[in-house]
Amino acid sequence: MTGTNQLDPTTGPRPGLDHDFNVSYITRVEGEGSLRLRVRDGGVVEARLSIFEAPRYFEQLVVGRTPDEVIDIVSRICGICPVAYQMSAVHAFEDLFGIEIDPEIRALRRLLYCGEWIQSHALHIYLLHAPDFLGYPSAIAMAADHKSIVERGLAIKKLGNLIMSTIGGRAIHPISVRVGGFSRVPRPAAFDELRRVLDGVVEAAEETVRMVAGFDAPDYRREPRLVALVHPDEYPYNHGRIRSSDGVDLPVDRWDDAFEELHVEGTNALQARTRDGEVYLLGPAARITLAAGTLHPLAAEALARTGMAESIRTNIYWSILARAIELLHAAAEARDIIDAYHRPAEPRVPWTSRPGRAAWATEAPRGLLFHRYEVDERGFVAAAQIVPPTSQNQAAIEADLAAFAPAVLDLPHEEATLRLEQLIRSYDPCISCATHFLDLRIEDDS
Amino acid sequence: MTAPVATGRLSVGIVKFASCDGCQLSLLDLEDELLEVVGKFDIVEFPEASSVRSSGPYDVLLVEGSISTEDQRREIAELRGKAKTLVTIGACASYGGIQALRNWVDHDAVRAAVYAHPEYIESLATATPVREHVKVDAELHGCPINQDQLRELLASVALGRRPQIREEAVCLDCKRRGNVCVLVASGMPCLGPVTQGGCGALCPTYGRGCYGCFGPKELANARSLADSFLDGREAADVGRLFAGFTAYAEPFRSIVTEFGGTRMDPAGPATPTAASEGGNDR
Repeated sequence: MTGTNQLDPTTGPRPGLDHDFNVSYITRVEGEGSLRLRVRDGGVVEARLSIFEAPRYFEQLVVGRTPDEVIDIVSRICGICPVAYQMSAVHAFEDLFGIEIDPEIRALRRLLYCGEWIQSHALHIYLLHAPDFLGYPSAIAMAADHKSIVERGLAIKKLGNLIMSTIGGRAIHPISVRVGGFSRVPRPAAFDELRRVLDGVVEAAEETVRMVAGFDAPDYRREPRLVALVHPDEYPYNHGRIRSSDGVDLPVDRWDDAFEELHVEGTNALQARTRDGEVYLLGPAARITLAAGTLHPLAAEALARTGMAESIRTNIYWSILARAIELLHAAAEARDIIDAYHRPAEPRVPWTSRPGRAAWATEAPRGLLFHRYEVDERGFVAAAQIVPPTSQNQAAIEADLAAFAPAVLDLPHEEATLRLEQLIRSYDPCISCATHFLDLRIEDDS
Repeated sequence: MTAPVATGRLSVGIVKFASCDGCQLSLLDLEDELLEVVGKFDIVEFPEASSVRSSGPYDVLLVEGSISTEDQRREIAELRGKAKTLVTIGACASYGGIQALRNWVDHDAVRAAVYAHPEYIESLATATPVREHVKVDAELHGCPINQDQLRELLASVALGRRPQIREEAVCLDCKRRGNVCVLVASGMPCLGPVTQGGCGALCPTYGRGCYGCFGPKELANARSLADSFLDGREAADVGRLFAGFTAYAEPFRSIVTEFGGTRMDPAGPATPTAASEGGNDR
């Protein structure tokens, strides 16, 4: 936290031929992490993301708590995507308890999730990632030359936050999500203010797609294994089946049938692999590739106009475009939901606890988020497993770094760091979520 | 718009320890005012938002997160030495946050329950507020902090005066909003009477009891409120009401210790065994 971001030559066996270096603190990501590369004869033999974000033990913090308490607690895993944590948890419990939620409640939850996607994607595109493409160290610095761009991003983000606070009381750690529904549901008039600006935000999201499609991304191509929820009728948020580009097809509560978590030395994040030990990719690029058929017509048309669906699938640098397409989807769908909104007769349905396994996955802005809880006879959580998207993507990030790094190792250290950080930021890693996650250090073993 | 004064703008750092990033995000969430606000300062260290880094010194350092590893303990001491004014932002930095619940349980058991290789994990037995480690000049409360309070804090810093942040219980916001009292009218347990305001009485407004995320109101008789909740509830059920995002702040801490409610290990008792270990020796 106290150093500058740099590639530090470290002492190696052969001074002068030494390529060892590190990025000790990856900036413009959520949370604290570092990257280390080990180089042998000009090739990268190991890329290791270290998460030094302090562990907070959430899977133990929820033990002995009631389902509604768990919803409040798990939102604190992440200030950027609290709704994702609340949604995976609430659906897990409702599934176990056999609760059928009102269709209007289901629509409101989707709207709340649209709000989170809008603010999170706008934050990442405009404030964290665009400075890489336009050559600035931050959005604040970028604003000196591109004020209208930054202001557009902030206006979109504001609308996302307004959706969240209208439904959830506040944008960060909303308070209204309860098992069975909400503690209170908004009157239709509560959406009037945001509905007035929503048409403008949909247009701003379309402009975002045009802007990022015009960015210059590094040439990079690989064939990743993609995983996302897929639903026949709707773009994946709260419901669907877990599908992969190589044939996985599981109910939403059975993530652990095909995937598992491993604990790797040097990181406070658990990493996930397929049960066959394979690396996979979650997030906007995976969703767009696997679920393009369910994009909102406006987003589908915008994607078609770019002609870059294949680039999104094979070049992670174009994740910024995937995120922009999803931003447009979320804004357009939010408008549709609000226009069709009728206030549910009851904010929530009554329910009774039953013991057993509560499990569910929803699509956080960064990818599939799986929760599993064991509920005891008295209605308390006895055990929990929370698998955030960044810990699932970590192995894919490392594989991409190992593949991409040789192309930049001969560049000046500062520039190499920038290029590798841009690659890492393409995953929008949320390290706060993944502390069970990132310093760039390259060590030459040759 | 005025030009920067001749002495230059104040240098500001924003750093984090164990936390969710939500309180830093509150700054970026100023949106309409963000560019104007950051233009009043020289933001020299804000790694979540900028690749420009500074190791200090800082005129003002905003600190998010609680102290929960040996490195963090060293770092906060170093940072204090570089900061003229140090302000904690949010329930983690000011009170320990939700992760301070581990202060009541056996840390080794918790670590072993979450990680296959607990020996890879470096963390202290406790997660503690910044104030237990270094002198803190001001605290913003809340999980997350309130934007109006953040705006006021930044304005006061820029103007060189004390922040004017109202010290009153959540109940007063409920009255101003004209809420029907969830405690009196519905018998819902609500921590509003003993919790600092600042949220605008969100939870009661949304039909649920306050869960105390802005922390205990000074001099409030929380124990008496806890006793009143015992009517028809088990002690641990009442303890859990206080075992939230500010559980480690007195008097909530004593209530949690006495009533129970942090039962992370289902087999184990709720005791504050670790509360005196690690992190408290500065």
